Amino acid sequence: MEDRAIFSNKLLAYLLVLPQLAVSLVFFYWPAVQAVWQSFLLQDAFGLSTEFVWFENYVALLKTPEYYHAIGVTFVFSGLVVFFSLAIGLLLAVMANHNIRGVQIYRTFLIIPYAVAPAVASVLFIFMFQPGLGMIARALQRYGIDWNPVLNGTHAMILVVIVAVWNQISYNFLFFLAGLQSIPKSVIEAAAIDGARPVRRFWTIVFPLLSPTTFFLIVINITYVFFNTLGIIDTATGGGPNGATQTLVYKVFQDGKVGADLGGSAAQSVILMIIVVILTAFQFRYVEKKVHY
Amino acid sequence: MVEHRRFGNLLPHLVLLAGVIVVAFPVYLAINASTHDNSVIANGQMPLYPGSHALETYWNTIVSGAGKTTRQPVGGMMIASLVMAVGIALGKIAISIISAYAIVFFAFPFRMTAFWTIFITLMLPVEVRIYPTYKIASDLHLLDSYSGLILPLIASATATLLFRQFFMTVPKELVEASKMDGAGPIRFFFDTLLPLSATNIAALFVILFIYGWNQYLWPLLITTRDDMQTIVIGIKKIIDVHDALTEWSVAMATAVLAMLPPVAVVVLMQRLFVKGLIETEK
Amino acid sequence: MANVALRHVKKAYPNGFEAIKDVDVEIGDGQFCVLVGPSGCGKSTLLRMVAGLETVTSGEIDIGGRMVNQVEPADRDIAMVFQNYALYPHMSVYNNMAYGLRNRGMPKGEIETRVQEAARILELSTMLERKPGQLSGGQRQRVAMGRAIVRQPKVFLFDEPLSNLDAKLRIAMRVEIRKLQRRLNTTSIYVTHDQLEAMTLADILVVMNAGHVEQIGNPLEIYQKPATTFVASFIGAPPMNLITLRESGINLGFADAGILGVRPEDLELANGATPAGGVAFDLKVEAIEKVGAETYIYGLRALADGQPAVSEKPGELPPGEILVRIPGQKGPGIGETIRAAAPREKLHLFSADGRKRIGL
Repeated sequence: MEDRAIFSNKLLAYLLVLPQLAVSLVFFYWPAVQAVWQSFLLQDAFGLSTEFVWFENYVALLKTPEYYHAIGVTFVFSGLVVFFSLAIGLLLAVMANHNIRGVQIYRTFLIIPYAVAPAVASVLFIFMFQPGLGMIARALQRYGIDWNPVLNGTHAMILVVIVAVWNQISYNFLFFLAGLQSIPKSVIEAAAIDGARPVRRFWTIVFPLLSPTTFFLIVINITYVFFNTLGIIDTATGGGPNGATQTLVYKVFQDGKVGADLGGSAAQSVILMIIVVILTAFQFRYVEKKVHY
Repeated sequence: MVEHRRFGNLLPHLVLLAGVIVVAFPVYLAINASTHDNSVIANGQMPLYPGSHALETYWNTIVSGAGKTTRQPVGGMMIASLVMAVGIALGKIAISIISAYAIVFFAFPFRMTAFWTIFITLMLPVEVRIYPTYKIASDLHLLDSYSGLILPLIASATATLLFRQFFMTVPKELVEASKMDGAGPIRFFFDTLLPLSATNIAALFVILFIYGWNQYLWPLLITTRDDMQTIVIGIKKIIDVHDALTEWSVAMATAVLAMLPPVAVVVLMQRLFVKGLIETEK
Repeated sequence: MANVALRHVKKAYPNGFEAIKDVDVEIGDGQFCVLVGPSGCGKSTLLRMVAGLETVTSGEIDIGGRMVNQVEPADRDIAMVFQNYALYPHMSVYNNMAYGLRNRGMPKGEIETRVQEAARILELSTMLERKPGQLSGGQRQRVAMGRAIVRQPKVFLFDEPLSNLDAKLRIAMRVEIRKLQRRLNTTSIYVTHDQLEAMTLADILVVMNAGHVEQIGNPLEIYQKPATTFVASFIGAPPMNLITLRESGINLGFADAGILGVRPEDLELANGATPAGGVAFDLKVEAIEKVGAETYIYGLRALADGQPAVSEKPGELPPGEILVRIPGQKGPGIGETIRAAAPREKLHLFSADGRKRIGL
């Protein structure tokens, strides 16, 4: 960004960046600052006076079993979604990379889930899994499984995992495909001549060379699970039953709706902010640099 | 694949076909359900092939909504969604392109500060600042308005980054030649830079339109009036009524309508979409 | 025994394009065979068919007496050096070379021995822990060769391995490759578009053009007795002068002869008579190039009526222009008239379409 700057029209420059800076300040920084500030405050029962309590809110938070429960839920949820959506996306990308006829048609279908809103995707699956009238729910009943995501926490988790994975397949598929296509064909041929069969080739050559893409997608997928699945959870399970699907972000959302503990809710937001910062920093510092050739 | 086995091409086709089925089935089911009468569905007897109630269902949905639950025709919701999505997409593109323009092509004090200020907003998705942002919007009297729906979502560091990256590939000589031809910064922007950026803008529009259309959390909080609801929020309300009272045929028709614009955009502008996706994540 | 035989090999693509049109080549055990020709002539395709990376439409490819048409590359006991080296970017030099041996289940100790030995021969011993990204072009090329050597295959395949190196390095590596091959005595097939590389490396030279073989033989044979005008002008630099007999009024007594060829280095500046049975040209000097060891003289013959003064094909001398190459630094001045002559035994005669050599 060194000497490309050519115009010296300062006033115009300020006018140009003004809109974005203004929106950023009003709707990004100011709320963020407020959240941080509020996390250090304690409101009394009537909401009349506030007291600066340093990190008390954070300490209190870390002592609440529900918070740990939410952390656990978030871990399990992320782990399952990231693993399955990456694995399936990779499998489909590897198959699509085979230079077969009709790849374009397959690709057209496979990118559809990306365009579907998480909440709408949730509705589609609720319909299939609705106890009583859902196609898959009834099939499960026939096999003796008492499927009920309203009462059974594990079932609820399975449901939201399935929806989230379905929603993310397209993204991972597209990026893995691009990554696969950037591996020079001659390296694959050299490996074939070197006696490596397709499966061995995949694990010793293709997968390692795909690692920048993989790391990148892991970070993106984790971010997706943390933040973009709110619509899914809200529509499908409402965080229940008994907090079985209450992730950290959903907890912030729910606690804020009730509006009781402003400080605690703000503290939760700040912790989430820190997590995002770490994830984004990780992505930019490490992932962007690992390209091999 | 290097090997030339006769049946070597069968496996990819099978797997991809399986993938397509998994991907398309829920969508197909929804379309299918929207063509049947609700009582058939509620009884768990919906067949796998389309029924004959399509016209009726869609008319009901678009024009009169789901009766008790939303009191709002879905047609109106679609318009709200459209305005929001297009507003967000255009808004984001507009303010990011001029910011990127300033940062790359102008020399002014605090230039890098401006850049970093914008860049850091990447780290603050709306979900982590939801309630404070709501309070501010409320204080600014933005509740239940399109500006309230659109404004807080338009500052987008990703779009700015994309434009910045692209602008940095524009040869310096182009600007210098333009200057020699007597063009000032505004002329240069409209006559040269904007046309050059056309594909990037189009690709970004696709991505941002989908982003805007599919918003959930923010519209949920900021709109309380029924006539301001977007279709993505409307769906939730339709099935919110526990079980027995849900009009599934209408719900599915709404889902189909909710999916239609973004899916159509993605499928019809596939190349632009993929390009936009990959560019914005670099 | 690791001889390679290609019998009536053809390759056609689904759209009808015939990349290889009936090729027959026999390469003996331990021989260095070079496939040379212009871009698009099919030499790389042919090499890849021997490797198993391309399918054979019809015909037979044998390695060591065994037909390998249906055999996968991994099972053909071959090793290949690619033009862009195709090293595994994420593995160290050591692992790049060990990979093929590990795939075949070789014990660790033996792998170590082989890799160290190859590294010693190629002077890579100090770089075994480095990754390809940290090496120069020449070093990467040697690693690619090391990867091929440790396999001790029946056949080495080289696909223009020196094209990406700078000129000086190319010459040095050329010699190294030849020495290495002689030492290992492995049958080798080498593809290049550079006729000088072809001449210096080959035991057997295969000149290809548009999918078929123009001539096979040892380099000097091909140089001395090119079978077609294509080979005549492709092998040997600067290229042979080709003169259409009909227009130049030269009659050597062969009814079916259409084109006369004589190399620039075979022409001498004569003062008087034409050598018996040979030819002489009266040329007006158009340009002179003095390169130190020799001098190139571009001279113009008197044009017959209606002959265009500029050549159709780029890079060719215009019809009527003859290139003479004389040793030393003394030459005629521009505009002078000289007489260039060649004796009978230095002449080449071809049919009018250039496809057949006529014995003189």
